[in-house]
Amino acid sequence: MTAPVVVSPPETRETVGWTGTVIDADVHASLTSLDQVKPFLAPHWVEFIEDRGFHRPMGIDVTYPPNSPTTVRDEWRPGDGRGAASDLSLLQSQALDPWGSEKAVLTCYHAVDSIRHPDFAGALAAAINDWVIEDWLSKDSRLVASMTVPARDPFAAAREIDRVGDHPQIVQVLMGVRSDRLYGRRDWYPLMEALIRHDLVFGLHYGGTADGPPSPTGWASWFLEETVAEVQVYAAQLTSLLAEGAFQKFPDLRVAVLEGGFTWLSPLLWRIDKDLKGLRRDVPWVTESASELVRRHMRFSTAPLDRMPVDELARCLEWLGTDDLLMFATDYPHGSAGSVATLLEAAPDSMRPNLMAETARAFYRLG
Amino acid sequence: MAKYVVARAADIPEGGRRLVRVGEREIAVFHFGGRFFALLNRCPHAAGPLCKGRVVGLLESGDPGTYSFDASDRYVSCPWHGWEFSIETGQSYFDPKRTRVRSYPAGVAPGEEIVAEMDAEGQGGDTGGRRPGPYKAEIFPVDVEDEYVVLTLPR
Repeated sequence: MTAPVVVSPPETRETVGWTGTVIDADVHASLTSLDQVKPFLAPHWVEFIEDRGFHRPMGIDVTYPPNSPTTVRDEWRPGDGRGAASDLSLLQSQALDPWGSEKAVLTCYHAVDSIRHPDFAGALAAAINDWVIEDWLSKDSRLVASMTVPARDPFAAAREIDRVGDHPQIVQVLMGVRSDRLYGRRDWYPLMEALIRHDLVFGLHYGGTADGPPSPTGWASWFLEETVAEVQVYAAQLTSLLAEGAFQKFPDLRVAVLEGGFTWLSPLLWRIDKDLKGLRRDVPWVTESASELVRRHMRFSTAPLDRMPVDELARCLEWLGTDDLLMFATDYPHGSAGSVATLLEAAPDSMRPNLMAETARAFYRLG
Repeated sequence: MAKYVVARAADIPEGGRRLVRVGEREIAVFHFGGRFFALLNRCPHAAGPLCKGRVVGLLESGDPGTYSFDASDRYVSCPWHGWEFSIETGQSYFDPKRTRVRSYPAGVAPGEEIVAEMDAEGQGGDTGGRRPGPYKAEIFPVDVEDEYVVLTLPR
């Protein structure tokens, strides 16, 4: 006899018993069809899309297989022809209202970084930004958002940041965790300088260029491997930012790790801090421990939350060495948030308000 | 504190080092820039033999890609894990507040002076702060004109 599969419904403020303030650090707007952004594209790009039969960047289905439960929770598929998270009313009724979120950081990840056409990538990134501003941000003051950039070209990315980065509801630049160059490298300085110029967060998010293998050492056979291996890529990007001295070069740099989890962080920092003692001559600009730099410059969304016994999760939280590192995220509509109830049970009293709202409020300067 | 004669100055040439034993302590004596330095031969991290470490200049940076190098400020890099300690103070570079290796004052004194002091104190005497070290038997008969490396250590 097999046990019945129990799928618990999505958590809400009520189910987890949280009565305090909520800020959701990662919710998604999904572009179901490029028709949605055609009004924001110059006519020749509309013709380009139609002429070539271009439907969507190839990276989007690689990163988020459309029917995978990790891509969309079943409850959040509207079933009426609309794509999940494809319009504001869905986001409001399925994520913002059930959690009573005071603010939410909206991200539209559409794998623009998988497009190699340098000009179309820039045009599509700009169109997505204008769509997010017009169809989402202007209609719900609870929302702030990540902006999309043509990430393969740091100079073009900087131009797009200069174009929309001062919008009062734009708080972050979305950067796919997979990139053809590690983000600490100096090639990225034009982009880094632009986001500092506009006081934006560098949002390191699941996805990115789909050119290279998804693991740091070759191609996986299955999506399971790919989605799990992404943790290693986050670790590589974090290590690059630290070793290249990004936080010395840009003392105001803020990096959010989104959809990357956090349970892997402490062991990685232990390792970096250990090896840095003997290898610091390679990177003499690194004058502080990785732990200190991460605590000052980085924050982590809680999704996806790994499944572990509550006492082990509590230990994991203690290892972080601060109450001010994690930011609650539903990761709507992705089905990977994990059990926020368990997280709240594991977190010490002093961490809970930060976790649920205040860390994100301060980090994104939400007032 | 007591003083120990541990080597003839001429035995440790400029840029060289020698491991000496004083009682149960192993001490690494380095000769750089015309000065002698002495560190306990035991890295505070995992007890690596510092006497076998590379001696490197101070390398700093205020900005990725820029390097500031001071060859006169010397550090011993532990042969096991590369941790760096000031040859002069024993302090680590990366964590000066919490990690340091024991360092000892090392100086050079002419043999005549040492013999004169020992005579004044009585051979083998332990009263004047300076007492004969392990090299006593070998050194003094050889040449009192030589200079000797003298360490100052807690008794």
